Amino acid sequence: MSDANLQVAAATAPKTQKQRGLWSDAFHDLRKRPTVIISSFVILVILLIAFFPGLFNFHDQNVKYCDLGLTRGAPSGQHWFGFDEFGCDYYAQAIYGAGPSIQLAVIVVTVTIIIGGFMGVLAGFYGGWVDAIFSRVVDVFNSIPFLLGAVMLLTMFRDVQVPLIGGRLQAIIPAAITLIIFGWTSTMRLIRASVIESRGLDYVQAARSLGASDMRIMFRHILPNAMAPVVSLIPLSIASMISVEATLSFIGLGVRAPEITWGMMISSGAPYFTSGFPRLLIVPSAFLIATVLSFVLLGDAIRDALDPKLR
Amino acid sequence: MTEVKVKSEILPDADPMATLLRVEDLRVEFHTRDGIAKAVNGASFSVDNGETLAIVGESGSGKSVTSQAIMGILESPPAKVAGGRVLFRNVDLLTLSKERARRVRGNHVAMVFQDALSALNPVWTVGFQLSELFRQHRGMSKKDAMKRSLELLDLVKIPAAAQRLREYPHQFSGGMRQRVMIAMALALDPDLLIADEPTTALDVTVQAQIMRLLKEIQLERNMGLILITHDLGVVADVADKISVMYAGRIVEQAPVLDTFATPAHPYTKALLKSIPRLDTKGQRLEIIKGLPPVLTDLPPGCNFAPRCAYAQEICTRELPLLATVAADRAAACHFSSEVIRDV
Repeated sequence: MSDANLQVAAATAPKTQKQRGLWSDAFHDLRKRPTVIISSFVILVILLIAFFPGLFNFHDQNVKYCDLGLTRGAPSGQHWFGFDEFGCDYYAQAIYGAGPSIQLAVIVVTVTIIIGGFMGVLAGFYGGWVDAIFSRVVDVFNSIPFLLGAVMLLTMFRDVQVPLIGGRLQAIIPAAITLIIFGWTSTMRLIRASVIESRGLDYVQAARSLGASDMRIMFRHILPNAMAPVVSLIPLSIASMISVEATLSFIGLGVRAPEITWGMMISSGAPYFTSGFPRLLIVPSAFLIATVLSFVLLGDAIRDALDPKLR
Repeated sequence: MTEVKVKSEILPDADPMATLLRVEDLRVEFHTRDGIAKAVNGASFSVDNGETLAIVGESGSGKSVTSQAIMGILESPPAKVAGGRVLFRNVDLLTLSKERARRVRGNHVAMVFQDALSALNPVWTVGFQLSELFRQHRGMSKKDAMKRSLELLDLVKIPAAAQRLREYPHQFSGGMRQRVMIAMALALDPDLLIADEPTTALDVTVQAQIMRLLKEIQLERNMGLILITHDLGVVADVADKISVMYAGRIVEQAPVLDTFATPAHPYTKALLKSIPRLDTKGQRLEIIKGLPPVLTDLPPGCNFAPRCAYAQEICTRELPLLATVAADRAAACHFSSEVIRDV
């Protein structure tokens, strides 16, 4: 090789040697898209509102303090969205209403991924009777209509207090358990399918030929490769859990009072829509739609980035 | 999970003086919807330290299944070892407990796969995959394991090894990837290496480099090597002994030079004739007419008879057994003495 060639090689070397795995490649692809930037920003703000509502309580409103004299009062500089039917500040309600449903969605999605992922890996990897049992259990759960099942369970246990916990968790847990019971099956199926796909691949055989144990093969070799479809599903399932929770709250079965959620606000605001107070419905609906839409858009973008074939 | 960190504890019954690997009458069946496919029908062969055995045959002849059976990585079901013994230093690997058999893999017997891109896990760096082996099997610290991985990449002559440890399999070229695969197989100092078509996915110049590397390492470590291939050109350079498989049976077994000079089985002869050669340039290449038999429905008699130029009436009736035809040589053909004579 001549000197000139060597110089060229030296100059181009750092570029070609940039390290790019599947995930960093996907990230690189994602951060350039406007929908991703906007929806990530909205999600970030919503998460901040959900976990630190105090930061957004600009006028130091007390959510619990309501003045019946101000019932359905008009918006003002101090009270951006006016008052609800009991004279509570509607902006504060909307801000504090984000927390329970989003925390519930995060809990539900995390637990379903852990349970569904674990069962899916076992069923997909071992096949045979393990798979038969797990898959039949999934079929049983799937044969119960989701909303009917959730409404039924929550009605059955609506007066039961979960022992040892209090406050917000007490309000969230019954709904969370119900949603987990009906939610883990889809994660399990997804993981099971992608584990079956990777089970026969060469690198699994190669790992086995180098003395890797079943556990190692499942969780070090197969699972990381089977995770891609699940990761793109995380924002989508958070979105669907938030909307399901809103539905349950609307009929008074979701997160329990005294916590506030957007679903409850929609429920109590809806009757006044045509009687001169449309904002009582529009405000919580707008928050809900913006949140769900952002999660859905982000989920779609992640899915596209991880699997360009779907685009 | 407690791992045995000392290699000698894995097979305490092993007899260090016995032959490295002796396969006796190995039978493997696949239970499929169309019936039982007999993929391996009584294969016997042996390899000792420092020796290279080539198992040659066309697709579906059972050579890869044989190697998977030795490794104990057959997917079962549908596969099932129906009989025979795989004696590693006089210990039958087929009767070991699942846990012990797992520890034998990698430590005593290791395997190089055909397509290194799909045989390396795409989500981990090469360095991670190599050092995992040392951490899991030898209980090394992260730092020591990385150091050993670096030495291994140097051993298989990968340039800029330190940098390449941090890269993913897809960033390697085909030849380099196969070197990584070899490094992984060698990591735990196996006594026997099985290379299943290690150069099929590579181009010709790289093939030669990889074969030379394998041969060098084998000599250096006095390792046994089983080379599975359909490329007789590769065999001539590297192997000491050759076993030719057809329809799950070994039809000829001989030192490699004898096989090339005077094949004793019509199938071997036909295989040799179908290699393109410089001195037959411009002529039509001889081919073996017909297809290999369907393994779910093997006919009585010699499986090669329908495609064989030497076939007589007896061949469709009676199965020829592997019999000695000359010193160190065996063939399964009723007419092997004729075949050997007529060059």
